[in-house]
Amino acid sequence: MNLLARYAECIFWMARYMERAENLARILDVHETFARDTRGMTNWFSIVQLNADEKDFFSRHDRPTAEAVVHYYMFDTQNTNSLVSMLRMARENARVLRPWISTEMWTQINVFHNKLVEMNGKGVALPNLSKVCTWIKEECQTHTGITEGTFYRDQGWYFYQLGKYIERADQTTRLLDIKYHTLLPSPVAVGSTLDMSQWTTVLRSAAGYHAFRRVYPRGMSPTTVAGFMMFNEGFPRSVVMCVRQIDGLLTRLKSRYTLRNGSDAMEKVDELLGALLARPIEEVIQLGLHEYLDGVQAQLCGITTEIGRAFFGQDTVPMTQSQSQ
Amino acid sequence: MSVPEGKATDLLTNYDPGLYYDELFGGRDYPAEHSALIRQRLAGLNFGDLLRRSQDAERELYNLGITFLVYSNKDAVDRILPFDIIPRVISAKEWAHLEAGITQRVTALNLFLHDIYHDQKILKDGVIPADLVLGNGCFRPQMVGLDVPFDTYIHIMGTDLVRDREGTFRVLEDNGRVPSGVSYVVENRHMMQRVFPDLMQDIGIRPVDNYGHKLLDAMMEIAPQDVADPQVVLLSPGSYNSAYFEHIFLAREMGVPLVEGRDLVVENDRVYMKTTNGLARVDSIYRRIDDAFLDPKAFNPDSMLGVPGIMEAYRKGNVALANAIGTGVADDKAIYCYVPRMIKYYLDQEAIIPNVDTRICREADALQYTLDNLDKLVVKPVGEAGGYGITIGPRASKEELAECRAKLLADPSNYISQPVVDLSVCPTVTDDGIDPRHVDLRPFAITGKNTWVLPGGLTRVALKKGTLIVNSSQGGGSKDTWVLQDGVLQDGAQEGSAS
Repeated sequence: MNLLARYAECIFWMARYMERAENLARILDVHETFARDTRGMTNWFSIVQLNADEKDFFSRHDRPTAEAVVHYYMFDTQNTNSLVSMLRMARENARVLRPWISTEMWTQINVFHNKLVEMNGKGVALPNLSKVCTWIKEECQTHTGITEGTFYRDQGWYFYQLGKYIERADQTTRLLDIKYHTLLPSPVAVGSTLDMSQWTTVLRSAAGYHAFRRVYPRGMSPTTVAGFMMFNEGFPRSVVMCVRQIDGLLTRLKSRYTLRNGSDAMEKVDELLGALLARPIEEVIQLGLHEYLDGVQAQLCGITTEIGRAFFGQDTVPMTQSQSQ
Repeated sequence: MSVPEGKATDLLTNYDPGLYYDELFGGRDYPAEHSALIRQRLAGLNFGDLLRRSQDAERELYNLGITFLVYSNKDAVDRILPFDIIPRVISAKEWAHLEAGITQRVTALNLFLHDIYHDQKILKDGVIPADLVLGNGCFRPQMVGLDVPFDTYIHIMGTDLVRDREGTFRVLEDNGRVPSGVSYVVENRHMMQRVFPDLMQDIGIRPVDNYGHKLLDAMMEIAPQDVADPQVVLLSPGSYNSAYFEHIFLAREMGVPLVEGRDLVVENDRVYMKTTNGLARVDSIYRRIDDAFLDPKAFNPDSMLGVPGIMEAYRKGNVALANAIGTGVADDKAIYCYVPRMIKYYLDQEAIIPNVDTRICREADALQYTLDNLDKLVVKPVGEAGGYGITIGPRASKEELAECRAKLLADPSNYISQPVVDLSVCPTVTDDGIDPRHVDLRPFAITGKNTWVLPGGLTRVALKKGTLIVNSSQGGGSKDTWVLQDGVLQDGAQEGSAS
């Protein structure tokens, strides 16, 4: 059956927003619990940095206090990167997609969104933050499970998966970038207790702590953590793992549905995968991890653009919906 | 069902429908036998349980997003259509009568549309004044001489029925453009199955959930004949339309894409939709956009919702549209009065379901009658929609009546008059217990090659005490409508006996 270009785009973005929401909930949760400095304070500002929201945040807040940052990322409807905004956009896409997705997928997103809106900051004082984040994470995972169990496996499924893996790869590079950026410049701290706990935080944010320990039972260094998150072939959030998925999805999508377009997108994925496999982590760090991650993000953006051109009809029509990278 | 001590044991004991016909109890002299078992089961419930179920149902509707958008100031709010869990019950015999009457009416209206867009015999024979049709804003000259498959113009029809004090069903209005509400018919049934399975058990209620299949069948039938496997789509104005839920519902039920104008293009007088694999042919369109907005090239040039060039593709026979263009002239208030004569003219039959007794003031004796009984009648201008310019005699002041009289005399052909109809009532859950509330009924008919009437319809209920206005914008809600199967156990006295 033909898939409407606009539906494909909505499916892609619904998946991205849900994935993004889960990642943000993870980051807020792990941050509150583990990311403390020597005085036991949480550096909430790093979350603002992670999302590159400094400008918008400071236009409405003087200082990155816990309350301000938590509210900004959970309930601020003006902030397009807040959980409530992401859920609104996921729901808007799901609403358009109701003829295409299962009733259960729609209902769960609808109820999830409505509950979050009803909460409106009430009861999310810091002591409750972890509980709320856990709830959000579970709702996102429920979405993933319902989707896995009820979403019909035709073209739509591939666009869903593409959205999910592109977003996930992007989130992992951002997480790694900000931590590396803020942690590495202090050579004195490398290997200290604090440094270790910060790197543990990075792994926990990506649900990778135990997996990392299994691979590296004894050592933990910025290099091994970065390498694990970038290149590990078994870790579901590693960049290489995600890009391999994207590669496979595009290939199968094109062959199974004999879609005419999409070759440019596939080329871009090949390029990225080639680049990722070309250098070991040590070399990457030596050349500059930040620049490297920036490059990966730009390439993921490029893949999204090509997918839009090939399948969402973006060459022919201006889409009124503006969904953001 | 256990009953708390100290409470009345029978929920319906104190129920009093007053002078009105009651949908569950029947008329004063004709108690409804067919609903005896349902009454008996309802009477045995306690009110707290009923309220709880009612709240469960409304919460569920909200969670499922079975909502419509209400625009207030600048905000759009999602609202559910309030749902009353006491069903409205129609016997097999009553339904057979309604089904025949609706089919007859759709048939006559389609014959009328074909006639006025071809030979215009009914106008030439003076049965209907030509100016009423040709001067009507909904008459589309683009349709003149155009043939449509099976001569069907109104594929989807919603007929608004009311029941008077004597229990007679009457047609209040025909909806032959883009009638809505059928999604609630099906969803209300699903809701009842969830919250009230014990009430429904062994009643023998005719199912309503095959509406989507029937609609798809009709959409396939009317597609261009040279297409082997027609692509059907539903064309919606988009997610900000207040009836968007229904569009989703119907697209899902038919298993077809829900498209918007921006998803479609016309090339070489053929309609295509934009897919992940480029353009794909579209053969049959269930459009939920009014004529005026459908094609900026043919109608309203400012429309952003439509598809430029689609009218020409339609004229060439390359795409089917349901409903056809130009059906609005058949469900106009002025034309409504002539439908019984139309039925006589085309089918040589009397109308099976009568109109509300309507007088056409352009006719001398009707004008005289209206003037003589002004304080008892409702006077409506024919050109206006949405209740504008209506004078309700029994509630009007002397000055208003005088003003109405003057207008009637100045331009009689702009007016019709009707008696005030005492809509029937149905037991309804209210804050004060079970109370009678006024209801109407909108059954839906689908016509491709033949006409099929969905057994049931949308029962709208005026939730405000005493009011006759059932519209959702005025505090109206809806009920599940049960059409009973013929010959199934329906006698309360026999419940529990071996079967």
